[in-house]
Amino acid sequence: MAHVGPGLRSRAALGPGLTWSLAALLPLAFLGVFFAWPVLAIVALGLGEDGALPVLARADTWDLVGFTLGQAAAATLLALVTGMPVAFLLARCRVRGAGVVRAAVMVPFVLPTVVVGLAFRALWPDGGVLPIVLANAFFNVAVVARTVGGLWARVDRRAEDAARALGASRVRAFTSVVLPSLAPAIGSAASVVFLFCATSFGVVLVLGGARHRTLETEIYLRTVQLFDLSGAAALSLVQFAAVIAVLVIGGLARRKREKALPLRIEPPRRPAGGERGVVVAAWLVVSALLTPVVGLLVRSLATEDGWSFAGYAALAGTGERGTLAVSGLDAALNSVRTATDATVVALLVGVTSAVVLVGLRRHRSWFAETLDTALMLPLGVSAVTLGFGYLITMDALPGDFRTSPLLVPLAQALVVTPLIVRIVLPVLRAVDERLRQAAATLGASPWRVWREVDFPLASRSLLAAAGFGFVVALGEFGATSFLARPDAPTLPVVIARLMSRPGELNSQMAYAACALLMVVTTVAVLVIERLRVPSGGEF
Amino acid sequence: MSLRVNGLSVRYGDVTAVSDVDLGIADGEVVALLGPSGCGKSTLLRAVAGLEPVGSGVVSWDGVDLAGTPVHRRGFGLVFQDGQLFPHRDVAGNVAFGLRMHRVEREAREKRVAELLELVGLAGYRKRRVTELSGGEQQRVALARALAPRPKLLLLDEPLSALDRALREQLAVDLARLLRETGATALVVTHDHDEAFTLADRVAVMRAGRIVQVGVPTEVWQRPADVETARFLGCGKVLPASVARALVGVDARVGLRSTALRVDPDGTIEAEVLERVHRRDHVRLLVRLDGEEFEAVAPVAEPPSPGDRVTLSVDHDGVAVIG
Repeated sequence: MAHVGPGLRSRAALGPGLTWSLAALLPLAFLGVFFAWPVLAIVALGLGEDGALPVLARADTWDLVGFTLGQAAAATLLALVTGMPVAFLLARCRVRGAGVVRAAVMVPFVLPTVVVGLAFRALWPDGGVLPIVLANAFFNVAVVARTVGGLWARVDRRAEDAARALGASRVRAFTSVVLPSLAPAIGSAASVVFLFCATSFGVVLVLGGARHRTLETEIYLRTVQLFDLSGAAALSLVQFAAVIAVLVIGGLARRKREKALPLRIEPPRRPAGGERGVVVAAWLVVSALLTPVVGLLVRSLATEDGWSFAGYAALAGTGERGTLAVSGLDAALNSVRTATDATVVALLVGVTSAVVLVGLRRHRSWFAETLDTALMLPLGVSAVTLGFGYLITMDALPGDFRTSPLLVPLAQALVVTPLIVRIVLPVLRAVDERLRQAAATLGASPWRVWREVDFPLASRSLLAAAGFGFVVALGEFGATSFLARPDAPTLPVVIARLMSRPGELNSQMAYAACALLMVVTTVAVLVIERLRVPSGGEF
Repeated sequence: MSLRVNGLSVRYGDVTAVSDVDLGIADGEVVALLGPSGCGKSTLLRAVAGLEPVGSGVVSWDGVDLAGTPVHRRGFGLVFQDGQLFPHRDVAGNVAFGLRMHRVEREAREKRVAELLELVGLAGYRKRRVTELSGGEQQRVALARALAPRPKLLLLDEPLSALDRALREQLAVDLARLLRETGATALVVTHDHDEAFTLADRVAVMRAGRIVQVGVPTEVWQRPADVETARFLGCGKVLPASVARALVGVDARVGLRSTALRVDPDGTIEAEVLERVHRRDHVRLLVRLDGEEFEAVAPVAEPPSPGDRVTLSVDHDGVAVIG
């Protein structure tokens, strides 16, 4: 019978890889149509016949690159240093107010960038490099705290205890045992934060002025103000190359580090000894993060005539002298609707991608590596480029897609999907492969294995990813500002418009809208925290 | 109702983990795959389960090639070394898992779960969290879980290795009884020959990806196929035929286990004690005999001390004829 076997066998051996590749079609199609096509179209349009060389040959292009990467590196470092104590507090400590901290660090992450830029300019009226770095780090402490904290909660305490018993000081045990085991999460967080900082738009525009420009703001200026499409396209290419380089380096660092961990949550303890210092540091970080937030809340209530709810009351209307096409409340409702759609799309694409990547790990291939990296690319592409790309390509799709209300959710989903992948993937990868194999030998089909094993074990992180995605979509500004129809703006778009128009009521209303956005975010985060089964009792 | 493995090879890149293996398991038979760690025995078991892509060769059940049958349709139960219980389900939920996958009605399911928990000695553990169980209890649940859907073949991958010794020996006896009572057809992977001989009707010794010997336990124990197998099965000393004839009276190449030479006042072999170690139920000695070092055992009461001269006799249970 050996001679009839080979054909069948090779197909069976090929089968799993092929199935996973087919499942990868959904994320690939999504990325292809709503990301690669518009971006490539705008680049092709811009490059025209001249090509990118003239721009690349200029010295100031490389100054731009240097400043972009330099400020991003500084902000990433700052976010890491300040995020680690918070991660420790969230993962390891049983202290009052941990839930508040968890919610509080999330708020900056979802604030509209324009608003944060304004808040920092209130402190540094002339702008400059320092406020840019501070503002970029301010946004991203949450990414570090949550990504690292998620892994930290699962790292076995006994390794640390063993190091201590062998004579290591607390600090030494941390640097030699805990830090290496956190490396995958730190690497993952660092690469995401770096991408966010390198492509940050709103804050650099507000705080940098004409002196400090990054690739992202330069692309915007050339496109919108100088109509220099070919220059903008060349810069887009440079940005793209830099982003891919960062992703590849991050991918190499991450590779093989995400290993199976017990899905046990270490019960948090009361901090002791030097740990109290870390907790104090974490609280200081949280206080620092809340300062601009509180400042905004105060501004939303303070008018020239004393305290007032005028800004909030005005949200029911369309602003001073009809600045807006719709009322603030309509914009808020539209925001929620759009963010919900975006979250659903991003979950579908992101979770499929994560499942495919986990499935493909056994057949480790260039395909899996490429998909992993490709999924991160949208984080690194200028929202401006993307927005313009949509405008010139989407009318080729059936049903007058360019004016479709789906356009904004799709663009937001593109921003949110990489985050969802990064949250869900480490948890799925940490599920012991043999657990799935045990289920399979008991008669569970691959789909059933996912439903019975992966899904329940990852349910909490799926929930967290959904919540995270929702609030990010809610605060998304770059692409939304380009694509939202005038009669259906989101809250951040409304805020930016109100800020750019004169009238005290307008700015009052803008601050009130910011407060509203922060409240929605905080509530969403608190709900996610509440839905979690108390730690320790879960598994 | 039988498993056949013909000319099976499994490769990881350039490494051949399993090389041209032939093995059969008859209905109701328990076969142990015995070998040192890294010899490919777990890979072979996983290939049978359908978890490892087969390089060449055939795994068949009742003459039907299983190449096109995915893991979940093979109906083979699998028990891992460390249980791999579903952490989000309680004991009953774990045991019932396979029954649910096979769409067994709720009532029949609960009856079967109770029956199996009774069988593995965990009646009353239904609602317990699996994370609260001891290692031994977890393995019992894992076994009950694998047995619940009445698998055609039970695959056990080092089922007792993660347990401490007392528990391991107890559970080995329980497991042997269980396999007999349920009439299970089973393939057990282990590196522990005690375990293999306790559990199995036949033992297949594996080394460097190949099966080097298959036989009933006593045969494998008494007549290892080659020197390396003899050493793996505890023969610390290998004697050529000429020496064996003089010392133990066997005209063949033999392997001596530590129990082959016993301190015996009526013995005929004289030796000098070099070292002494106390074990649970005997004393182990290192002795010099004709200028060569040998292992020997002495009773716990009044053991000889290093430097003493003793007389030894041969215990033929400790002598294995090689080849």
